[in-house]
Amino acid sequence: MTKPILELRHVVTKVNRNTPEELTLLKDLNLTINEGDFITVLGSNGAGKSTLFNTIAGSMPLTSGDILLRGESIVRESEETRTRFLSRVFQDPKLGTAPRMTVAENLLLATRRGERRGLLPRHLKRHMPEFKQLTSGMGNGLGERLNTPTGNLSGGQRQALSFLMATLKKPDILFLDEHTAALDPKTSRELMQTTNDRITAENLTCLMITHHLDDALKYGNRLIVINDGKITFDVSGEDKKKLTQEDLYGFFGEIE
Amino acid sequence: MTFGLGVSAIGQGLLWATLGLGLFLTFRILDFPDMTVEGTFPMGAATCVAAINHGINPFWATLLAIGVGMLCGLTTGLLYTKGKIPILLAGILVMTAAYSVNLRIMGRSNLTLLNKPTLLKLSIFANAPMYFDSVFLGFTVIVILTLVLIYFLQTELGQAFIATGDNENMARSLGIKTDNMKIMGLMVSNGVIGLGGALVAQNDGYADVNMGIGIIVIALASIIIGEVAFGELTMNQRLVAVTLGSILYRFVLLIVLRLGFNTNDLQLFSSVVLALCMMLPVFRKVVDVRHIWKRGISTND
Repeated sequence: MTKPILELRHVVTKVNRNTPEELTLLKDLNLTINEGDFITVLGSNGAGKSTLFNTIAGSMPLTSGDILLRGESIVRESEETRTRFLSRVFQDPKLGTAPRMTVAENLLLATRRGERRGLLPRHLKRHMPEFKQLTSGMGNGLGERLNTPTGNLSGGQRQALSFLMATLKKPDILFLDEHTAALDPKTSRELMQTTNDRITAENLTCLMITHHLDDALKYGNRLIVINDGKITFDVSGEDKKKLTQEDLYGFFGEIE
Repeated sequence: MTFGLGVSAIGQGLLWATLGLGLFLTFRILDFPDMTVEGTFPMGAATCVAAINHGINPFWATLLAIGVGMLCGLTTGLLYTKGKIPILLAGILVMTAAYSVNLRIMGRSNLTLLNKPTLLKLSIFANAPMYFDSVFLGFTVIVILTLVLIYFLQTELGQAFIATGDNENMARSLGIKTDNMKIMGLMVSNGVIGLGGALVAQNDGYADVNMGIGIIVIALASIIIGEVAFGELTMNQRLVAVTLGSILYRFVLLIVLRLGFNTNDLQLFSSVVLALCMMLPVFRKVVDVRHIWKRGISTND
């Protein structure tokens, strides 16, 4: 449980470089993520949480510093290559699924995340029983809608599908970017529970951004707070279990 | 309407359907308008006709036209993805440049195939009755092309291609190289359109530098007439609907000509037909026939 899987060393991310609007979003950020860590990430808007995800995923270029996956630098790898070990679920249900493709087709795309795709037939039928079982486990009617274009699903079903797609081929690291924020309280709670069950069952390494202090305290074995481009609070294990909302307000007054 | 003209319309519809199928890949799957086709179509025609005039076998000349079309697509694709030029402008740039290239290829603005071999004069088609040669050739090409496209879209690569047009953000997060998918789509699409140019030129017996004008409207018309006529379809059925739409469109043109308009009016008509088809959803809302029908049969309560 204590082997580092991902290390960020002195990471600096700037946008609009060499213009008057230059902004430094991550300021010399250091973070070591251990295998099996389920880290909840807190921080006010603009603190750099999403920038952190985008920098690791490669959708934003890093200005200086290094990112190591199991000791090997990945900063030269493209966003597409990094998907071999990294998967993400976005906040907006529209971002995570292809609306005109069916649920099953979306899942099929996800089975080959980060792999070469050639001119071989896709073999959708062969995967159907597996997809049926997987989606039925979500308990929100997704299992009956395998042949429905995802554009016709509810937001909750789409996010559940996005989450399934992100974990279908086991990632080394899973990023959840407020993936329940756009859902109603009940659906959000259900998806959060499913998320936790699956992460625990598969022993996934996960970073989850959230604005719900309850969720941040309830789930995961580690909690970090990002403020102004730096990690200002990092607590794990027993210390995290003892943490209360009042403690968090101390570190992090501006939330809610 | 005489029988011969009807057969001719079907033949034309089949040959021109290549255009619709090519454009379908960019317009409907990648979801952007590719203006390159206005340059690719005459370039396919020019290349094929020039090659035949240089004594090259019509079969190889047609393949050459496909290759040239793919090069046009590659150029647009690179300008769009690597050069970050908006797709509409990238297409217009290549289309404009293609005009000069086409004049270079042919050496003049119009080149004939009179007394030269073409695919339509191949022995298997040559013995066919009047106009049936184009039907047979068009049918053969369309069947092969449609089957190849259906297979391709069901492969892993084809699915990644569809996903790119459907949700680029998701595609990238699954490791699909979306820039490559777009370049590939533009290449295949323009290759097919180059093929269309080669076939139409061989059927008409000449290539003209101005034969690309309004081509995108004709290609869109076959896609959209197919969609309007057949409604909700699966991907495979939609590909077939493009060909049927193209044939229907030829019949519309035939009727227009029979009404006394001349061929110079066809561009105007093509645009009007396409505009009307595209506005159909709006009309349906304004003049809701089903609503009025329901009112007519409901009781007054």
